[in-house]
Amino acid sequence: MTAKLKVESVFKLFNDARKEGMALLRKGATKDEIFRTTGVTVGINDVSFEVNEGEIFVIMGLSGSGKSTLVRTLNGLIRPSSGKIFIAGEDVASCDMKRLRAIRRREITMVFQHFALFPHKTVGENVAYGLKVKGVGPAERRKVAIEALAKVGLEAYADSFPGQLSGGMQQRVGLARGLATDPAILLMDEPFGALDPLIRREMQDELIALQKELKKTIIFITHDLNEALLLGNRIAIMKDGAFVQVGTAQDIVSNPADDYVRAFVADIDRSRVFTASDIAQDADHIPLKESVLGALVVMDKAGVDVAHVVDQDGVLAGMVTREALTAVKPNTPVAQVMEPDAPSVASESYINEMYATAQNGVLMAVTDSDGKLVGAVEPTAIFGHLTPDTDTENATDVEDDGREGAGPPSDETETKPADIADAQKGNNL
Amino acid sequence: MSPSDLLVIPFEGWVNAFVRGFLVPNFRPFFRAVQVPVNHVLQTFDGFLAWVPMLVITLVFALVAWRVVGRTMAIITVVGFVFIDMIQLWPETMTTLAMILTSVLFCTIIGIPAGILVASSNWAWKIVRPILDIMQTVPSFVYLVPIVMLFGVGMAPGIIATIIFALPPIIRMTNLGIRNVREDLIEASEAFGATWSQTLIEVQLPLAMRTIMAGLNQTLMLAMSMVVIAALIGAGGLGLIVNTGLGRLNVGQATAGGVGIVILAIVLDRITQGLAEPGSGSKTSLLGSFKSLFRSQDIDAAASDKTV
Repeated sequence: MTAKLKVESVFKLFNDARKEGMALLRKGATKDEIFRTTGVTVGINDVSFEVNEGEIFVIMGLSGSGKSTLVRTLNGLIRPSSGKIFIAGEDVASCDMKRLRAIRRREITMVFQHFALFPHKTVGENVAYGLKVKGVGPAERRKVAIEALAKVGLEAYADSFPGQLSGGMQQRVGLARGLATDPAILLMDEPFGALDPLIRREMQDELIALQKELKKTIIFITHDLNEALLLGNRIAIMKDGAFVQVGTAQDIVSNPADDYVRAFVADIDRSRVFTASDIAQDADHIPLKESVLGALVVMDKAGVDVAHVVDQDGVLAGMVTREALTAVKPNTPVAQVMEPDAPSVASESYINEMYATAQNGVLMAVTDSDGKLVGAVEPTAIFGHLTPDTDTENATDVEDDGREGAGPPSDETETKPADIADAQKGNNL
Repeated sequence: MSPSDLLVIPFEGWVNAFVRGFLVPNFRPFFRAVQVPVNHVLQTFDGFLAWVPMLVITLVFALVAWRVVGRTMAIITVVGFVFIDMIQLWPETMTTLAMILTSVLFCTIIGIPAGILVASSNWAWKIVRPILDIMQTVPSFVYLVPIVMLFGVGMAPGIIATIIFALPPIIRMTNLGIRNVREDLIEASEAFGATWSQTLIEVQLPLAMRTIMAGLNQTLMLAMSMVVIAALIGAGGLGLIVNTGLGRLNVGQATAGGVGIVILAIVLDRITQGLAEPGSGSKTSLLGSFKSLFRSQDIDAAASDKTV
């Protein structure tokens, strides 16, 4: 994994010609104090991060948190007050306009919140814009534009005008325009923020599908934590111009860094954050060649009534229940007694994709991409992972069974409702 | 008791000293030289319009009016122009038209780049704005005097007075049109590595075109009213007819000249308004094709091609 984008302690202060704000900021004054005493607005306060090749790095924050300013410093639309931003070996924060343009033409493009399509150009001309400013000829431009439109399924609309398309389609055009120059890095500034929820979901899924194929380095800005958790390989939570926490979706949901993050995490859809492998417990394997007697010994040892059967490669073959085993002679092979269609889920599937399987009410096998058994999940255990505040109670409940230890690490301190209310009040400001 | 008892400012004397003692002796050759291109363009237009038969010009105007505005306007154009010809004012009308075209051409050549400049720099706008305010509020008779002193009398000085009078709207509207282009479109253009001139030509000017056309319409109307006043310093055309009518108390002649001006004004106004407000014409597809023709002239001047 190589870092495609490297940001080193970037600051951006607006109206700070006399560097007063910067001096105060270095002394540790807060954004509000600085604004009150000097009139300087702190846009970005000491942000550093790296984004690896092929990664979706989501920057999540409320309006006014500085996320849009930050993303604009990455392609030089806004020059930072200090700090370094490395793209392809060039420091975007300090290089001259000519070099900056070269980087924008080659390395980095942007998708905008309100699409920012040129209303006087056709869809095809819009998509080809990056190529046109580069000086690519008309025939080549047209060809590449159609290819880029085909990636988002809109090649038939190349000669329409943006105004004739729906919001979702317009943003697909915006995405195609961003992809047409084949940049290494794609900046997406709240790209789905202006779309209605149904279309937004569709676009999120499409972006995930497209990313599997394209493997671009994407910096994605959003104010919606659910969207951040769904899309981000890593997520940075931003507040008052600074990063509060950077981590994977699971990190952020299970270990919020402070009350601010905790307040956000409180009402997210956990079923889209945790996967089967996150909540799986160790499964009890019964080899396929085992007899019923041997199987019962395994079950007694583990203290369970249901167990999975695997073949010699560890691939899931079926499941057996104590009831079925006791009904037959002890020397019958397990293979004859087991249910061949054991309910199973893939280890990378999210909790919300497991509901249908969980309806059977029986223990679910968790399998990896080769079909090997890697764990098991009790249908009832799912509920323990859907609510943050009952984590501790749940943990003790399942502890009684002596079985389930795979719950999300519970918070050290119990979050008081008053804290959350305070933090949420802060959010609204 | 009034302040003038204490101190009288010899403002009049200062201006006289400045214009007569400084501008005229030192810069007269310069101002004479400025007339040359104006005269040249004017004579070309005037000669051309005098050479083309009346019916052909009427037909062309009617066709343009039909495409840009609609059938009714085409009929009004034909009836109006025929009427002008029948009251025997066709040659004068064509002289006035040549003068208007010349002043509007120079206003466009000066005004659009000036508008672009003030749109891209707040500092330039702060300087230019009060100058435009002065140009629009000073009564035009006031600067006819120094113009006569510097440029002499005749057609070209009249047109220069007209240019000064008609210039502000196109600068203002170009500035407004460019400044009103959505910020995120500019950002998008820049984010894809466009240079300043690429953003201007590809994004700002095309999107500002409607506003600029509205400015052009206003400039045209101001030029229209000014060419009549300019007849006072020797410019010809319909203004001269009105002025002689006025001098001789010949109400019929003055009215005839006035009617000619009104007809020409209506036709030119509706056509340029039609260009500024697409969709008002009855033939949208023809309008579109005409508009794209019109736009590509401006844009293709700098961009090699427009089609993708």
